[in-house]
Amino acid sequence: MENNNKVAGNEVFSLSNMSVHYGESLAVDGVNLPIYENEITAMIGPSGCGKSTVLRSLNRMNDLIPGAKVGGQVLYHGQDMYGPEVDPVQVRKLIGMVFQKPNPFPKSIYDNVAFGPQTLGMKGDMDEIVEGALKKAALWDDVKDRLKDNAFGMSGGQQQRLCIARAIAVKPDVILMDEPCSALDPISTFKIEDLMMELKKDYTIVIVTHNMQQAARVADRTAFFTVDTERGEGSRVGQLVEFDETSKIFSNPADSRTLDYVTGKFG
Amino acid sequence: MSSSIQGARSGSTANSLRAPSFRLGERIVIGLLFGAAAISVGVTIAIVISLFAPLPGFFEYVNPWDFLTGTLWAPSFADASFGVLPLVAGTLQVVFYAMLVGIPLGLGAAIYLSEYAGNGVRKIVKPILEVLEGLPTVATGLFAVFWLKPWIQESTPFLEWTSPFSIGVAGLTVGIITIPLIASVSDDAMRAVPMALREGAYALGATKMRVALKVVLPAAISGIVASFVLGASRAIGETMVVLLVAGGGSPQLKIGFTEPAGAMTAFIASRATGEIATGTIDYYSIFAVGALLFLMTLIMNMIAIRFVNKFREVYD
Ligand SMILES: Nc1ncnc2c1ncn2[C@@H]1O[C@H](COP(=O)(O)OP(=O)(O)O)[C@@H](O)[C@H]1O
Ligand SMILES: [Mg+2]
Repeated sequence: MENNNKVAGNEVFSLSNMSVHYGESLAVDGVNLPIYENEITAMIGPSGCGKSTVLRSLNRMNDLIPGAKVGGQVLYHGQDMYGPEVDPVQVRKLIGMVFQKPNPFPKSIYDNVAFGPQTLGMKGDMDEIVEGALKKAALWDDVKDRLKDNAFGMSGGQQQRLCIARAIAVKPDVILMDEPCSALDPISTFKIEDLMMELKKDYTIVIVTHNMQQAARVADRTAFFTVDTERGEGSRVGQLVEFDETSKIFSNPADSRTLDYVTGKFG
Repeated sequence: MSSSIQGARSGSTANSLRAPSFRLGERIVIGLLFGAAAISVGVTIAIVISLFAPLPGFFEYVNPWDFLTGTLWAPSFADASFGVLPLVAGTLQVVFYAMLVGIPLGLGAAIYLSEYAGNGVRKIVKPILEVLEGLPTVATGLFAVFWLKPWIQESTPFLEWTSPFSIGVAGLTVGIITIPLIASVSDDAMRAVPMALREGAYALGATKMRVALKVVLPAAISGIVASFVLGASRAIGETMVVLLVAGGGSPQLKIGFTEPAGAMTAFIASRATGEIATGTIDYYSIFAVGALLFLMTLIMNMIAIRFVNKFREVYD
């Protein structure tokens, strides 16, 4: 056993026997996963194994898909996130999300960042809130002279950092990121990775990535998902194979399927 | 191995790149399709020419400036006057009252359909809208004459109702006719807004209402404005309802709600009866008004197309 074990903080999310159906079809099943405070947790695995599905169930984004249904239990700081009294709008105020493709609003750079704080009726000087968020997203110097320009005029990497700025402007507790760099060039990717390392001091981050080097570089812990092949022909149900410290997943995984995947023999 | 491939290449037609036959059937079909396209373009051009051809005859009698700025429209008076403004004012009033009804109800229906209605409701409401769009306007006009006008008259005793005709009621009725058009074009525009934008807003803790009004609506604004322009252009062109509900109208320029008033379309429909003698000033005046109407509608539709194209640029 290596002795560099991380001391786990509070559990922000605890998933137990969690599953998601899309209509009749079961997309992922039997997920048991803790996510710890002020860490970056990565989800890796082949395409279609349910990474996005699990991620989107962490801020009830799946509610927007007709027919999507979450089973098992998802606790957020000990509260049942799918309990009858839970308001999904309230959930999403606390748990922000950055998407695979940058999706700024067709508004000015300033208005993109101000949208969230205005939505929540946050107190304080809006100019300061916007500036603070843009600085945290390492975007301020790029855009401070063109805050009134339309966000569509920015490069892809800048747009994605704007989306991160937009997410942190509402001061969430958690930021979920679904392959945030998959549409970006390497330089923009490194900038966003640096940013994530900076942000985890204040936030808990969960990132889905198809890029194993990225998981290895940024994540404290990594969850490896795959499609369960033992359920018979035609069924494609995702499952969590292994969850551990990132160094362990990449150097000495417990499951042979994880080893095959991280050494590139599969997927 | 390689020799057999060469043999196949030179010895048979299996690898020939030439068409195996002349494909006569396909050519005939293409010819017919081209003919259909050519005829529809040709007919449109013929209509425009026939509309504009009599204009020189008209402007021989009437100064174009007097036509466009005159405030008395009395083509059959002994002392005839050809100021088109009373008709234009009638048309614009119809458009104004129509948009008062068409914009809020059409847009409201679109927001509901695009952002709130489930698939089941959509499947019922969309076809109903399409049926409404195709309803003969004479039916809507009758509904307005015998039901809507008396009802509005009763509910507004403070207005001066002296005539059986009302330009205001005519306009509101035309507005009802434009609702399906505005609703369906705006609905399409809002549904074309990528789901990713909505998700971006939801992920910030926005409510459904806020997503609809602050994200989807602004993102679809060009398409929505285009639907308004198309609705207005439909209102300009509406004839039957105006004829039935607003009546013939006075030759003077009048602005109001309860008065009768003529509009450009209604004038044309009431005068162009076939009894009218070719080459008379009466005859020419119909074409002058028709050409002006054509230009107004053309400009409106060009504005709408510009808006729609601007909208497309953003998301394609
Ligand atoms: N909106 C949806 N409706 C129906 N099925 C879906 C939907 N989204 C994802 N799925 C299915 O769920 C499974 C997991 O998908 P996803 O979570 O997107 O995988 P990943 O992110 O790991 O590539 C796939 O089989 C996919 O086809
Ligand atoms: Mg995915």
